[in-house]
Amino acid sequence: MNTPLLELQKISVSFEGFLALNDLNLSLNAGELRAVIGPNGAGKTTFLDVITGKVKPTSGNVIFKNTSILGQREHRIARLGIGRKFQSPRIFENLTVNENLALAVSQPKTPLSLLTSNQNEAQRDQIHRLMNIVNLQSKVNIKAGSLSHGQKQWLEIAMLVGQDPDLLLVDEPVAGLTDEETDLTADLLKSLSGDHTVLVIDHDMEFIRRLESPITVLHQGHVLCEGSMEMIQQNPQVIEVYLGQKEEIDQ
Amino acid sequence: MQNTFKIKPSLSFVIWIAIIAAIIAAPSLLPVFRLNLLGRYLSLAIVALGVDLIWGFTGLLSLGQGIFFALGGYCAAMFLQLNSSGDFPNGIPEFFGLYGIQKLPFFWEPFKSSIFTLVAIWLVPTLVAALLGFLVFRNRIKGVYFSILTQAALLVFFNFFNGQQKLINGTNGLKTDVTQLFGQMVGSDSMQRWFFWITALMVVLTWFFARWIVHDRFGNVLIGIRDDEARVRFTGYNPTLFKTIVFAIAGGLAGISGALYTIQSGIVSPQFMTVPFSIEMVIWVAVGGRGTLVGAILGAVIINYAKSLVSEALPASWMFIQGGLFILVVTSLPEGVLGWVQSDGPRNLISRLGIARPISTYPSLEAQGKDEVKP
Repeated sequence: MNTPLLELQKISVSFEGFLALNDLNLSLNAGELRAVIGPNGAGKTTFLDVITGKVKPTSGNVIFKNTSILGQREHRIARLGIGRKFQSPRIFENLTVNENLALAVSQPKTPLSLLTSNQNEAQRDQIHRLMNIVNLQSKVNIKAGSLSHGQKQWLEIAMLVGQDPDLLLVDEPVAGLTDEETDLTADLLKSLSGDHTVLVIDHDMEFIRRLESPITVLHQGHVLCEGSMEMIQQNPQVIEVYLGQKEEIDQ
Repeated sequence: MQNTFKIKPSLSFVIWIAIIAAIIAAPSLLPVFRLNLLGRYLSLAIVALGVDLIWGFTGLLSLGQGIFFALGGYCAAMFLQLNSSGDFPNGIPEFFGLYGIQKLPFFWEPFKSSIFTLVAIWLVPTLVAALLGFLVFRNRIKGVYFSILTQAALLVFFNFFNGQQKLINGTNGLKTDVTQLFGQMVGSDSMQRWFFWITALMVVLTWFFARWIVHDRFGNVLIGIRDDEARVRFTGYNPTLFKTIVFAIAGGLAGISGALYTIQSGIVSPQFMTVPFSIEMVIWVAVGGRGTLVGAILGAVIINYAKSLVSEALPASWMFIQGGLFILVVTSLPEGVLGWVQSDGPRNLISRLGIARPISTYPSLEAQGKDEVKP
């Protein structure tokens, strides 16, 4: 493979002395699907915050498409082609499903173009296609706030895809979903990889297994190991981190 | 594209017919004194529409709209004063003589032009709002901090204008009713009739303008900023820009409103920048219905008309009524009177009294049609 799409170089983030990320290195190739797991407090969400510009790292660099995106504002990073799904579904509850998606697919995202141009045919087709993917056709004009939890998760994923990003960062997409919905979500994310690069964060091992992707394990702010599900499960360090935690919880 | 924060077409239509009928009938039904009051309150509807745009849609609770309102008023008053000061010593407005000023301060000069004045009424408050807004929003100052900051700005402007006798007659303000326009007294009955028509027309135009702003995706971004600003940002929109634009628009509308109010009330003074007046603007919108444009118009006109009627009958009781009204709306009608009517409030009230049967629906069922849902 040639140069990676995204590269995190020696990222450290410290919150008042506490190291949330510690010398973290990670690279993603274009079209790849990658799962990131790790116990609570391993720095999974902070690491997304760094990529999307919400948190500035104390040291290190973030390279996206061969240029550093460090210090760029969030909306600029989003326009460069990085989309993010939050841990709990964050959609515009007072807008309809259609209106939510319309905001995601609009281009360019400037006030003037929103006021002076109407939605074009291509954008309407795109919205239609997205609603088919996530199965929300019957809810077009329903306010997003009255969707079920699973439908909200999917709407947010659809909005993410609607932005047409090169890189999708998906934070716990199956939290609170039924088993069936979880399987559908896994299939959806798998089908998105290839055209897009997808990075998924989750706790749910069944879901991660179903993604059939390489896995990166984070622990205390740095990468513990990377590899397939089988490799990860046999890694003594991973077992120690997870089992060690489990014992604490069991007590 | 429907949304409970936008009004149902049928209800909106009925309200508009009523408003237009009232406006057309008013000049022949009301004595000039009452007509003039109605004209003033209609001009306040314009500032209320601005408050609705920034607060109702975008969630920015500004307690400083009085700044922009007063700026518009001062622009209009400066022009009128200059337009009718030919007979005074040095050809400058009379009050300057009280402070021994011989020469017109430089910033008065351009207000000799009527075209400049018409532009300035809108542009000066717009620019001040844009600048203030940009500085505040760029630093991501939100919520209560934003409200406090706008109120502080209001006090700064109030104190500045209050103290500048030699520039703008300080606390006395600038009178417009005895000035001349097209060879007539501005305070005369025939002029006031004209101002009423102009104001009514401006309210309708402003409504169309505000409607155009919010009816499509631009308005949806504003609602998005109100509900979840971070999401807007990660979707690729720059909230700072959108907020600055809408704040500037509201500032410009406040300026137009202030100018129309000034020529109909006969004076502009720093009293336009007092804290209670700017808070009242928010109350009109809250009572009328936040996020419903027609609600802002109705709120401004009806509350103010009620204020003058109540004050005539029972002086000193108005403040209690207004306060009570606000508490009632905040506690039991959070979307204002119009929002309540629109979300089937009256029917729910009747059914709660046991007269009609309650209807229970689940929103997601409506798309599939209620008939399909059988127990």
